[in-house]
Amino acid sequence: MNPQELFECVTSLSCIVTQTSTGLIVGALLFLVAAGLTLIFGVLGVINFAHGSLYMLGAYIGLTAYHTTGSYLLAVVGAGVGVALFSVVFERLFMRRVYNADVLMQLLVCYAFILILDDVVKLVWGAEFRSMGMPPAFQVPPLFIGGGIVPVFYLVLMGAASLIALALWYVLKHTRTGKVVRAAAHNPVMTSALGINTHLIYAGVFACGGMLAGIAGALAGPVRSMSPGMGFSILIESFIVTVIGGMGSVSGALVGALLIGMIRSFGSIGFPDFVEGLMFLAMGLILVLRPGGLMGRSH
Amino acid sequence: MNETRNYSKELGLAVLVMVILIAIPYLTSSQVLSDYIIRLAAFGIFATSLNILIGYGGMVSFGHAMFFGGGAYAFGLLMQKAGTSIPVAAVGAILFCVLLALVVGAICVRLKEIYFSFLTLAFAMLLYSIILSWMSLTGGDQGLMGGIPRPVFLGIDLSNGHHLYVFSCVLGVLSLLLMRLLMQSPFGYTLRMVRDNAERARFLGIDVWRTKLYAFILAGAFGGVAGVIMALFMSGAYPEFTYWTMSGEAIFMILLGGLHIFIGPVLGAALLLVFNDLVTRYTDLHGLALGIIVLIFALGFKRGVGDFALRLFPKHRKKQSIEKVTT
Repeated sequence: MNPQELFECVTSLSCIVTQTSTGLIVGALLFLVAAGLTLIFGVLGVINFAHGSLYMLGAYIGLTAYHTTGSYLLAVVGAGVGVALFSVVFERLFMRRVYNADVLMQLLVCYAFILILDDVVKLVWGAEFRSMGMPPAFQVPPLFIGGGIVPVFYLVLMGAASLIALALWYVLKHTRTGKVVRAAAHNPVMTSALGINTHLIYAGVFACGGMLAGIAGALAGPVRSMSPGMGFSILIESFIVTVIGGMGSVSGALVGALLIGMIRSFGSIGFPDFVEGLMFLAMGLILVLRPGGLMGRSH
Repeated sequence: MNETRNYSKELGLAVLVMVILIAIPYLTSSQVLSDYIIRLAAFGIFATSLNILIGYGGMVSFGHAMFFGGGAYAFGLLMQKAGTSIPVAAVGAILFCVLLALVVGAICVRLKEIYFSFLTLAFAMLLYSIILSWMSLTGGDQGLMGGIPRPVFLGIDLSNGHHLYVFSCVLGVLSLLLMRLLMQSPFGYTLRMVRDNAERARFLGIDVWRTKLYAFILAGAFGGVAGVIMALFMSGAYPEFTYWTMSGEAIFMILLGGLHIFIGPVLGAALLLVFNDLVTRYTDLHGLALGIIVLIFALGFKRGVGDFALRLFPKHRKKQSIEKVTT
């Protein structure tokens, strides 16, 4: 631990720029995963413990799509679509059966899927670390802003995440689909009594959450290495994000993700061995001060 | 209820099991079997202690491995670095788990079900990452290396395989007996009541938060005992002890063995240990095989082996249903 270095960093513009950009991409990726987790919880009332595995699946599908097509855009789209399809199957065939069962069964089904998916990835893509590599289009000199280094790909990542966040906000708040989803979250029995197919909404929300995790996995491809089991740490982090932001709140997930991104990025300078501890400290504080999260309803 | 008769039945059963277990090495010299029973003692206590939370308390903890690993590491470190005697280190390890459970439980037990599961998981993973990153103390991902010294105490030499076997059996049976008595005590029934209807319990003047916290601490302490046995058996402690898969396996042991009988988790532990040993012998895709089995039990049967046994003996089932009505 050396708070001295952290102090030196926050007094130099170049260091602030570099660390903020790192924090922003960590936050952007976390937001995508956490938004899906919180959306599924908000509408279906279950926590998808296998959500990290969907992220992992997205990363590996992206890897294969990238190597076969050579197009990074196709890789991201393919990962999103592929994981969305998988999520629908997962929801319709398995999760649907435990919505009304107790938490124990929900947890066991997710536990089983985490184990199965980790081994499937091991079978298909191998157990060793894999990397997508930076696509040639982004192999350009980084930008220098105020003396800090910002790789061009970081901007792409932030742009993509912002676009998705905007689209999500628009769909949820300003379209009929969004209204129906919010209605189903609020009172599923009444919603289905009004002639709306809530099963379709559940499958759709699960697919949407899976798609976000899949896209995040593929977007992270060029900057993070992948290995079976990689999904679990991001699951814990996105859970912390949703607790900080408020379970079920997508805007809360954005705030929480950016906060955790910054904590990780600046914390790793001042307290490299205590970064995880810092995240838990933030979560503990929120749980004590505002148990419903920053943007959440009280529960 | 005639409590004294109940207790004598359990005491008798415990003595009987103990006699059988101690007799086993004299009937067969199989190293595999005695190792299996030592591991079963550890995992049986571990799963049963988790069942105090899940079955009796209705609190589905997904982070129980923090006490298994916490107990094992605390015990190992006390032996290695502080050089205490085994009983002192064991008590120290259990105290460490009690303290850990007090802190984690104080934060977690007031939360809603699903939050509780996730938060306990998160805390277990925090402990896991602390163990991984605190290299100088814990040895990081290599685990607590160099073996745990096992000095002789009270004439018991745990570096002797037979002594270790008897010690583990005694500790295992005693822990199970103690947990059984606790669950049959007024506290156990209070806990069931809080599980079934927290609101009503509160109206009767029961402090729900405190009851749940006590259960959490109790489960943590016995989880620590399981960790101590495992540390003695492996002569070390490894980060995997606190990993989430360990918590997941314990949860599955409970479902596999049966939620509705006390001995269910032990039965589940016995079956899962055999399953794990068989699967790892034939394939390294252990997760795939285990995942499929978990799905079959969770979605297909929806109950464990012990629950099926209860169905075969309707007398017991009747008693069970009466118990349910009265609680």
